[in-house]
Amino acid sequence: MSAASKDIKIVNEKIVENATCTFCGCCCDDITLTVDMDKKVITKAKDACVLGKSWFLNHVIEDKPIARIAGKEVPLDDAIDEAAKILMDAKFPILYGMSDTVCEAQRHCAPIMDDCGGTIDTTTSVCHGPSGMAFQGVGEPTMTLGEVKNRADFVMYWGGNPAEAHPRHFARYAVTPEGMYTPNGKDDRTVVIVDIRHTKTAGVSDIFLQLKPGKDFELLWMLRAACKGVDIPNDCKDICGVEKEVVEDLFQRMKNCNYGVIFFGMGLTMTRGRHFNSGALMALATDLNEFTHFVAKPARGHGNVTGADNVVSWQTGYPFGVNFSRGHPRFNPGEFTTVDTLSRKEADAALIIASDPVANFPKPAIDHLTSDKCKLISIDTKNTPTSEAAHVSIQTSTYGINTGGTVYRMDDVPISLRPAFDSPFPSDLEVLTKLRKKVNELSKKANRPYATKKYM
Amino acid sequence: MNNEIRIINGIVFDPTNNIDGKVVDICIKDGKIVSKVSKSAKVIDAKGMAVMPGGVDIHCHITGPKVNLARKLMPEDHRLDPHFKTPNTQSGSGGIVPSTFATGYRYATLGYTTAMEAAVPPLTARHALEEMYDTPIIDNGFYVLLGNNLFLQSLIAEGRFAEFKEAVAWWLNATKAYTVKLVNPGGDEPWKGHKNLNVKSIDEDSKATDIAPRKVIEAFIDAVHELGLPHPPHIHCNNLGHSGNFDTTLESMKTAGDRRLHVAHIQFNSYAGEVGKPPKSASKEITDYVNDHQNITCDVGQVMFGKAMFMTADAPLTYLLRSYKKEKWVNADTECESGCGILPFDYQGMIYTHALQWAIGLEIFLLSKDPWRIVLSTDHPNGGSFANYPLVIKLLMDYEFRKLAMKSVNQKAMNSTILGELKREYTLNEICIITRAGPAKCLGLKDKGHLGVGADADVTVYDMLEDKEEMFNAPRYVMKAGQLLIADHEFVSDYTDKKVLRVAPDYDKEIEKVIKPFFDDFYSINYQNYAIQDDYLHGLGKVIGTKKKNSIYEN
Repeated sequence: MSAASKDIKIVNEKIVENATCTFCGCCCDDITLTVDMDKKVITKAKDACVLGKSWFLNHVIEDKPIARIAGKEVPLDDAIDEAAKILMDAKFPILYGMSDTVCEAQRHCAPIMDDCGGTIDTTTSVCHGPSGMAFQGVGEPTMTLGEVKNRADFVMYWGGNPAEAHPRHFARYAVTPEGMYTPNGKDDRTVVIVDIRHTKTAGVSDIFLQLKPGKDFELLWMLRAACKGVDIPNDCKDICGVEKEVVEDLFQRMKNCNYGVIFFGMGLTMTRGRHFNSGALMALATDLNEFTHFVAKPARGHGNVTGADNVVSWQTGYPFGVNFSRGHPRFNPGEFTTVDTLSRKEADAALIIASDPVANFPKPAIDHLTSDKCKLISIDTKNTPTSEAAHVSIQTSTYGINTGGTVYRMDDVPISLRPAFDSPFPSDLEVLTKLRKKVNELSKKANRPYATKKYM
Repeated sequence: MNNEIRIINGIVFDPTNNIDGKVVDICIKDGKIVSKVSKSAKVIDAKGMAVMPGGVDIHCHITGPKVNLARKLMPEDHRLDPHFKTPNTQSGSGGIVPSTFATGYRYATLGYTTAMEAAVPPLTARHALEEMYDTPIIDNGFYVLLGNNLFLQSLIAEGRFAEFKEAVAWWLNATKAYTVKLVNPGGDEPWKGHKNLNVKSIDEDSKATDIAPRKVIEAFIDAVHELGLPHPPHIHCNNLGHSGNFDTTLESMKTAGDRRLHVAHIQFNSYAGEVGKPPKSASKEITDYVNDHQNITCDVGQVMFGKAMFMTADAPLTYLLRSYKKEKWVNADTECESGCGILPFDYQGMIYTHALQWAIGLEIFLLSKDPWRIVLSTDHPNGGSFANYPLVIKLLMDYEFRKLAMKSVNQKAMNSTILGELKREYTLNEICIITRAGPAKCLGLKDKGHLGVGADADVTVYDMLEDKEEMFNAPRYVMKAGQLLIADHEFVSDYTDKKVLRVAPDYDKEIEKVIKPFFDDFYSINYQNYAIQDDYLHGLGKVIGTKKKNSIYEN
């Protein structure tokens, strides 16, 4: 060590090992964080990918009020009282988001809507919602990611771009890792990419199928038919843009592998056909089990969107788009999903948690959400267009960096977070616990008539 | 607040303390049964009512990852059975796999206050604990799936039994489980690694690990015995559901020698006949063995007609059953640890096999001589919902009703059984044993299943009705941990001192050095992030002590 470096002021440093990155659904839990405890910043995020680094290293504690009503700073309890009152007074309150917070906080959301007879929906409704609906229709053979690492010799990505969206998916789980029965890593696997354009992901593939846009269902159905002994049609190229021989070869590889897996993304779920596409893919994976062991898995985006699905499912029986106005959960995507309740101008109060619809939703939905017909309440960790437009805005601490809790990886494996340093902002859990209590008090006072089977 | 309750004039059934239908007062204070309470205690007049300990379900599937997948799979089923919000309870969805809130409430409305989740993979045990926290009222615990754990199998195969025992203890601690669950031991590897095959005999070496199921069963029985867990390994035997499987079941039980073993949903393992052909009843062979061996306990897994949901770690079986109707199907592989299959199902009385399964379950109940070692279960939701328990009780208590029920189902099946000849009728005391006192004893829960001084104040009060289904369907009062939850059939509160029951056997910390390298190589999460922190018990954890025993009759 040189003399000069000895003079450098020793910083109050903390190392957090085995931290989990909650940027994407990979939830890599092997990150080593170096934290400057004086400045309250993370200086190094060893083993994190480019997205993970930007998530950890750019996080600063902002100098902002915890709670605001109509732009004016107020004590947190006042903001919670106001939010509870808005939700209870509303005729059609909605709750949306939840995908970037921990399960412990998510757990309070459905009970809040249960008490005020509202509607709960998660960001699933605008990403893998169709996969959730397809699952209800056809089921799904699936697995944890470690099975892919240990066994899969056939790996397919359909309508997704993990090289840019889930950068460590290849190295940690699916393409290069050396597993129990795949000791040579990538050499033991055939990697197939199906997409409408040559993305960065296509670069790692052994076989790349460039599909005509919107023809996913057609190709999937051809493969399903092939499972039942039907030949691939001669005009295959005209139908979906891929040569007949390529599809035949692909089918043989799928049939003859030892353990096959298909990951699929929003290129499949959000194009023409939606849940029919996801359903066709899950059904194909099911069909292939006649020949070999075959599984499929949606590649989920946000850090804990999978957790939101799980929590809402165990509390209500349905994964998203759930309404409580009749005194029990009802599920109807298209009716109770947020883009729809906003675009039809039905919602008159909206509690948005850990998401930013004002930046992402279609214009008619944003117009209603930001209008004075809909009282907007935002609980978020950062300033977003949604929190700026909100009547009541509560700023919370960031999960995985400032607060602990549970997140579910894209394969439903629950992982505990290891926070790096404290934040002056309250956690989502703290805010939602208080809000649930307040809403519950008000609902008991309101003494609404409860529906029973007699009156149905 | 006055937390004292005195139940007066009730007809008490407390088989553990030899009280069979006697009028005695039951006093409750601070969540426990006590000998007396002050004059200011709340008085419940149970004149003409039956007072029993709260029910204990030894085997059901109500929380965890596979349960939640099944929930997500069945919107059409939830839709038909909404669970309404009341001023004191939250709303939920019912059906064959109810939402967590509805599960807790519905168990309570049957008078059950404890229910054990029977199969959770270690990797996703956090999920099960989180759902338990959201399941109101009832005490829970779960059995952790270790029978297809590749690391543990490799220790058995290499004969490293001392390390094996330590590793089992480590896993029980790391997951906060109640005991070990073995499901189709040795069957996962052929399924996942060899193109959907399965093991056929308990002496067959599974291709991947070179280890026969019998060796796995033996090793776990030994290890759990040595660790002195309150409940022995809970086994779902190989060849479950296949005709002619009773041999496998007998062999599995013989493997235990004179050490304890709990055979889960034994009805599904009591079939004679040839593989691939319709089954015949082997209830006699199975009950003969169970009657003669005090070390064996079992639950029946009664099949009830109507909706069911296969939900099991026995993935090959579920896939086989899918071939009948090509229903929607879920398979979920858990790395290095387990498989899982989920399939909606309907049991229909006019179908030979289904009617026979129903009859075999009842035969097992009626042929068994020791009610303490045979527990009422439907393997919810595999044989039917737990909501069927009152109907099962009526079938057991009423010979005429049973005869009537037999007339309405497949006659070929009825003619091939001896059910019609079995005139035995269960008494209320025996029902109290197979639903409460017995399972508590089998689980080693000294504070549950009875009303003696010091027991947990989990108490149910039923109106004494002629129709036993009606009687057990709606207790008039339910108390859990001394809290009055249901009064006059309505929920007055859903708050209770809920517990998560678990074990914490001692182990040598050095074993972690043996386990960790396997994790680093073959798991997709970090070793340090695997073991579950105490937070996940939410302060509800209750450790049940360990002690070596050879039967439930030893204290």
